Amino acid sequence: MDKMLNIALPKGRLGEKVYAMFEAAGFDCPSIKEPGRKLIFENEATGVRYFWVKPSDVAIYVERGAADIGVAGKDILLEYEPDVYELLDLDIGKCRMAVAAKKDFRDNRARTLRVATKFTNIALKYYNSVGRDIDIIHLNGSIELAPILGLSDVIVDIVETGATLKENDLTVVEEIVPISARLIANKAGYRFKTDQINGLVKKMQEM
Amino acid sequence: MNETVTSGKNVSSELCALYGSFGYVRYKMNKFEEYDLYARNKDFLVADSVITFTDTNGKLMALKPDVTLSIAKNSRDVPGEVNKLYYDENVYRVSKGTNSFKEIRQLGVECTGEIDDYCILETLSLALKSLQAISPECALDVSELSVISGVLDGCDLTSSQKREILKRIGEKNAHELQALCDAAGVDADTVALLKMLVTSYGDPADVLPALKDALPGHPGLARLESLTASLGSDAVHIDFSLVSDMSYYNGVVFKGYVGGLPESVISGGQYDRLMEKMKHTSCAVGFAVYLDLLEGFAVPSAAYDADVLLLYGETDSPAKVLAAAQKLTEEGKTVCVRKTVPAKLRCKETVDLTKGGACHG
Repeated sequence: MDKMLNIALPKGRLGEKVYAMFEAAGFDCPSIKEPGRKLIFENEATGVRYFWVKPSDVAIYVERGAADIGVAGKDILLEYEPDVYELLDLDIGKCRMAVAAKKDFRDNRARTLRVATKFTNIALKYYNSVGRDIDIIHLNGSIELAPILGLSDVIVDIVETGATLKENDLTVVEEIVPISARLIANKAGYRFKTDQINGLVKKMQEM
Repeated sequence: MNETVTSGKNVSSELCALYGSFGYVRYKMNKFEEYDLYARNKDFLVADSVITFTDTNGKLMALKPDVTLSIAKNSRDVPGEVNKLYYDENVYRVSKGTNSFKEIRQLGVECTGEIDDYCILETLSLALKSLQAISPECALDVSELSVISGVLDGCDLTSSQKREILKRIGEKNAHELQALCDAAGVDADTVALLKMLVTSYGDPADVLPALKDALPGHPGLARLESLTASLGSDAVHIDFSLVSDMSYYNGVVFKGYVGGLPESVISGGQYDRLMEKMKHTSCAVGFAVYLDLLEGFAVPSAAYDADVLLLYGETDSPAKVLAAAQKLTEEGKTVCVRKTVPAKLRCKETVDLTKGGACHG
């Protein structure tokens, strides 16, 4: 079996921040900083191989064993519920999953609530837990438009600073769950690379 | 790809012979079962959906999504007796990735009746031997549910709090476990113990001493120590994050992994509570081997479709062509006989009878 530790990193700013943490923990891979379009980087000396993948795909790479570990947002983990270990809260990429609506929104419980979201599973579970009948409208982007155009009553989305909501005259009406980046591991990979993974977790915890 | 993994087809006959050598009897089942059995035990199934149809007598039937439920249902309670069975059956489940039904080949062992620690050890040993037959790089992870359930039963938790905490234990998610326990008012010592159980993983000799200090005299830990020592293999690990559904399972539970496969290929344990639900007085232990998982990994794609492409023409007699093909197969070569060269066929060499049997690579 491949003894290198395969790590899926989310492309973008969060991924760069995460790599800096791995580097500081002693799992550096200098080639990752070289400009270019390469997606795989490895450093035999530290025993690591990094992949840049789309943030929403990290959990799939890890669940299917293409990566032993990876870093994914809690939003992705709650939405897709991959069968993986969640070993560490990295305490970065912090935001919250929230319900937002137009400032003058008043919930009329006599009718079905129309909810626009990219996070169907999270929204369904949340409204199920509070016993509210909803109609889910799945959107892939520009979720904030939905209540403005009357497509939905509320939206369920990630809120970081709230600036986008503010600019569109929307406001948070309910917080569902706090979100941050999590270190996840493949369940089988953990068995065969236990020392490497536990060693990395320990160093990250000490940082 | 891990080339040391044995393919599903090769390994199944080896495993059947192994189970037979320990006196397990082949149990052949009907493909169908009354749907009611699954409706009453939905939580026991890996996936909720079942393929159903109405039989000629009007009964709602189902294509089997699981074998253990049928064995448990048909088990007989005879004092002092132990029934040892193995099966090799197809089951029908929804595949997580495609969200459509899939036929899955499942092999397994079930031992029902007056189960003692020998039966459990024998089952664990067969699970370990099964893993070793699949790949030399394997891990059998074992837990004892009474350890975790004992700790949780000592806390004043609602069923939903308990469910959420068990979910975090299964994820080795110590940070959220801490937050949930804090919110539920679980005392700090118990939280520390739960976190210790969740994060402990590895060789029994490394893991158990510290846990025995934390839970002195716990019979579940003593049982684990004795069973794992009797197995005497480096591939056996302790893992308390194995939390199979406690309304069906109890006591020893385990999962088996092989290098290169992303999921567990073996899953099993004691399911006395399922037997109780079915009004049986006897106990049970068993495991399933998910052969379908081996398929994608085990067979390296061949570089060639056949060793020889044997070409013949209109003037070549069928007898001459057959004789040439037979000669090649007798030499131990695989042969593809065609009139023209197929577009996507890959052969190591071509023998052209129209050119007097000229051979070219």
